Amino acid sequence: MNSVRNVLAIADKELRSYFASPIAYIIIGLFALLFGWFFYVYLMSFVQRSTGMAGMGGGATNINQDMIRYVLMNSAVIILFVMPMITMRTYAEEKRSGTIELLLTSPLTDVQIILGKFFGAMGLYAAMLLVTLLYMGILFIYGNPEWRPIASGYLGLLLMGGCFISLGLLISSLTKNQIVAGVITFAVFLMLWVINWIGDQSGPTTRVIVNYLSIVDHFDDFARGIIDTKHLVYYLSFITFGLFLTAKSVDSERWRG
Amino acid sequence: MIEVQNITKRYGRTTAVDDVSFRVERGEILGFLGPNGAGKTTTMRILTGYMPPTEGRATVAGYDVFTHPIEAKQRTGYLPETPPLYPDMTVREYLDFVARIKGVPSRERRDRVTSAMQRTHVADMASRHCSKLSKGYRQRVGLAQAIIHNPEVLILDEPTAGLDPKQIIETRELIRGLAGDHTIVLSTHILPEVAQTCQRVVIINRGRVVAIDTPEGLTSRLQGAATLYVQVDAPGVDATETLQGLPGVSRVALSDQRAGVRGYEVESARETDIRREIARAVVSRGWGLLELRPMRMSLEEIFLQVTTEETPEEAVSEQRP
Repeated sequence: MNSVRNVLAIADKELRSYFASPIAYIIIGLFALLFGWFFYVYLMSFVQRSTGMAGMGGGATNINQDMIRYVLMNSAVIILFVMPMITMRTYAEEKRSGTIELLLTSPLTDVQIILGKFFGAMGLYAAMLLVTLLYMGILFIYGNPEWRPIASGYLGLLLMGGCFISLGLLISSLTKNQIVAGVITFAVFLMLWVINWIGDQSGPTTRVIVNYLSIVDHFDDFARGIIDTKHLVYYLSFITFGLFLTAKSVDSERWRG
Repeated sequence: MIEVQNITKRYGRTTAVDDVSFRVERGEILGFLGPNGAGKTTTMRILTGYMPPTEGRATVAGYDVFTHPIEAKQRTGYLPETPPLYPDMTVREYLDFVARIKGVPSRERRDRVTSAMQRTHVADMASRHCSKLSKGYRQRVGLAQAIIHNPEVLILDEPTAGLDPKQIIETRELIRGLAGDHTIVLSTHILPEVAQTCQRVVIINRGRVVAIDTPEGLTSRLQGAATLYVQVDAPGVDATETLQGLPGVSRVALSDQRAGVRGYEVESARETDIRREIARAVVSRGWGLLELRPMRMSLEEIFLQVTTEETPEEAVSEQRP
């Protein structure tokens, strides 16, 4: 009970500090804008195609599979760009300003602090996603898309973002400089995204491994409306492993002083 | 209340704290005096559970800080060298957050925050952002943060650093007022601070404890005796008795010897200069007097360092009414 309270206290503090500075508004605004752009582009092309097909006597296109899915997959890429801005300061800033000394000398465990920071960042990320639901609302007003694939898509986005956040926390815990943390996080994210481009060129075994490592690839099924345990397990274990390594990094910092 | 046993902290090859041991009784104020870089902060960080020692043990309020960190931390308030403030929080928000993570029950939190602000005289800044506070207020909010959960033990790292003379006096009074309910360890590199606030002093230099005593005891130890080093060339003869027999000499100890040359430490009352008598006694017996010089105890060396460092600040406080 106490540990939940501690995690919430940290998460609350993290979330409030995001919104106390312009960073939260910039991130949410930027994300909404880019998401809106993709939304518009895919909607227009979808409308064009479906009216065109209707003229030819076809007509039955699926808005979930032919539009929303692509919007969500593209937003995964925007998230990859935006996320370092959320995670870069988590540990680096506390270490630079010395507030880490307050946290580490308070009756909290490292895991509670890490989880608090994780859920704080998840909170901001959830707020980002929440804003984009407005766009989905438009679709529901003027059409009748299926809600299930949308829900699974958003679940996928949440989980994928969780992976980015846990990795970002780890990188932030390794340095005092939040810019360094941001740049490295961005580079690592980018690598995890483009890693499957190598996969396409290489042999079958390498391709399987490489595709498995690509965080964004696992999102594909979620965007389609499929919740596969394989991907759930992948995301959840990725998050856990990232947080575990963060705990190790914080602990080793303590020994090195 | 606090027990430190043979603590050593090494970073790679450098040893920041070397075999430090001391005890602090309940309700006592212990001063940690030493020049900058002596290992004060490292020792305090070990006591607060911020970092583990390389060797040794520390217990706070009966809990080992390493094996029972949560229990020990619940009973400790800590003001680090730089107050750990979050710039984007107001003072009230900040103290409320600290109270939360220190485990203050939610219904008591409001009262605790208010009373901590009153005790440290920061209530007028309650809704000011921490980033907009002056140095003096930052320090006091840091102190408010340390006492918010009413800990049994307070560890204060240079609580008066960077304050103006009026604030220094207020802070010292505040600390004295906290003693009794709390056991306090405070570090400083300023000598008068120790004399004014602490009941006992640990003098630390280059990571080692040089002396543990009351401020009065230290002063008398320093002013009471002077030590001379005398090196005598007298093959086969021990000069101890001769030296001991001189008027004004309180203690003689052999410190080194090689091939007939012996070195002695001769202690005497500070006011009397017995160098002439020693020289005469040695020469008149036909021995060779190879060396005769005043010796400085390491304690005295530290004392000189800390006394010289406080001079500018003293000068300032004397200029102001």
